[in-house]
Amino acid sequence: MEGELAHIGAGLAAIGSGAAAIGVGNVAGNFLAGALRNPSAAASQTATLFIGIAFAEALGIFSFLVALLLMFAV
Amino acid sequence: MATDTQSAAEASGPGMPQLDFSTWGNQIFWLVITLVVIYLILSRVALPRIASVLAERQGTITNDIAAAEDLKAKAQEAEAAYDKALIDARAEAGRIVAETKAGIQADLDKAIATADTKIAAKAAEGEKVIAEIRAGALDNVKVVAKDTAKEIVAAMGGKADAKSITAAVTARMKG
Amino acid sequence: MASEAQGAETGGLEFHPMDQFNIESLFGGPIAWYTPTNAALWMGLAILAVIGLMVLTTTKRSVVPSRGQSVAELAYGFVYKMVEDVSGKDGVVYFPYIMTLFMFIVCANFLGLIPMSFTTTSHFAVTVVLAMAVFLTVTVLGFVKNGTKFLGLFWVSSAPLALRPILAIIEVISYFVRPVSHSIRLAGNVMAGHAVIKVFAGFAAIAVVSPIAIAGIVAMYALEILVSFIQAYVFTILTCVYLKDALHPSH
Repeated sequence: MEGELAHIGAGLAAIGSGAAAIGVGNVAGNFLAGALRNPSAAASQTATLFIGIAFAEALGIFSFLVALLLMFAV
Repeated sequence: MATDTQSAAEASGPGMPQLDFSTWGNQIFWLVITLVVIYLILSRVALPRIASVLAERQGTITNDIAAAEDLKAKAQEAEAAYDKALIDARAEAGRIVAETKAGIQADLDKAIATADTKIAAKAAEGEKVIAEIRAGALDNVKVVAKDTAKEIVAAMGGKADAKSITAAVTARMKG
Repeated sequence: MASEAQGAETGGLEFHPMDQFNIESLFGGPIAWYTPTNAALWMGLAILAVIGLMVLTTTKRSVVPSRGQSVAELAYGFVYKMVEDVSGKDGVVYFPYIMTLFMFIVCANFLGLIPMSFTTTSHFAVTVVLAMAVFLTVTVLGFVKNGTKFLGLFWVSSAPLALRPILAIIEVISYFVRPVSHSIRLAGNVMAGHAVIKVFAGFAAIAVVSPIAIAGIVAMYALEILVSFIQAYVFTILTCVYLKDALHPSH
């Protein structure tokens, strides 16, 4: 029974991956919108873009990790 | 499921190999060796080499650009010199043409003048000769007329004195 | 592990997405701290890849670069510019250190994409050491370079006075979460991609969905190539950001 509950928990944790996807899309979309408004400033901000994506994605990876832990380690 | 997981866990540690802490020491040991080796390779060999290559290329490019600038300046100088030489040559040619023209004109004038004097001299000479001839001819006519008149008078039986005949001939010739 | 029989006609679908991360001794026997394992083998191959990429290609030192040499120069210029742009001029001193991290991660990630290979960067043992190395270096460097002024990093002087203690707590927490997120991001991304590919590969055992599964593997593989590079880039650029914080702690 515990194992089944762990699997359900893993599935719930995996929702976090979708939330991270929303976050990454938000970052990239806003960057694109800003870049189209001011293309000359876009090139200098790609590093910021990647840092932002990395931070947003890290949280999704955390939830993925929680899912994996529930699947395999609990 | 749970028993399955547990049996797998018993077989090879926890389900996630990443969380099998018994292998961490081994991985960290090899990782540290790897990182030290890569660091030594990069900092001792690769990075100084690439940096020197890049610096050399930068230097070469800078030198080439400088050389190109030099050559460009030289080319412009040469062009200017060429233009100047062309203008000089044109001026020289113009001068020579003018000089030659003047020389020829002078020669021509001189020759014309000489010819004119010569022609004038010849003409004067000719006129003199003609005048002489004319004078000669008049005298001859006078002599012939006197002689002829004397003869005619003599033939007519008269006695003509020379003085009256001369007077008569001169009068006739004037008339 | 997750070996549930999906139906009688498929003969049981076997999923072992995590088996590829098993550490095994190369010559058998127990794993002690000095045993040559598959992890050690692929780290050694990463060293060889770095040598091949950065040393062998540049032996001629030609002014007009060959193909390999321009790759080496591109990698050099990429990381150098990143360090210079993000950390500032005085961060360039630490360029070989950051280049080491970048080259190791990028080589290990790409070697891990070879089928049947072992991905060293998918293990937390590796990424935690990398992240802790960065974290400790940056912290020590911050205190050595700036003394107690380094603590100004946590004291947001532009915020209202009442908010500053709260912000300081948040800043301290976020500072100490850095090595955690730094390491888990890299290992998690690499592990996730590889595990998903393995799951797709498990589905390929069913004849009906195998074309879709193989197409999925191809798509995931392409994404993994992108992720391999981007995660190395992100790890490096975050190192540069932390280094900038250590060198210029003022907000």
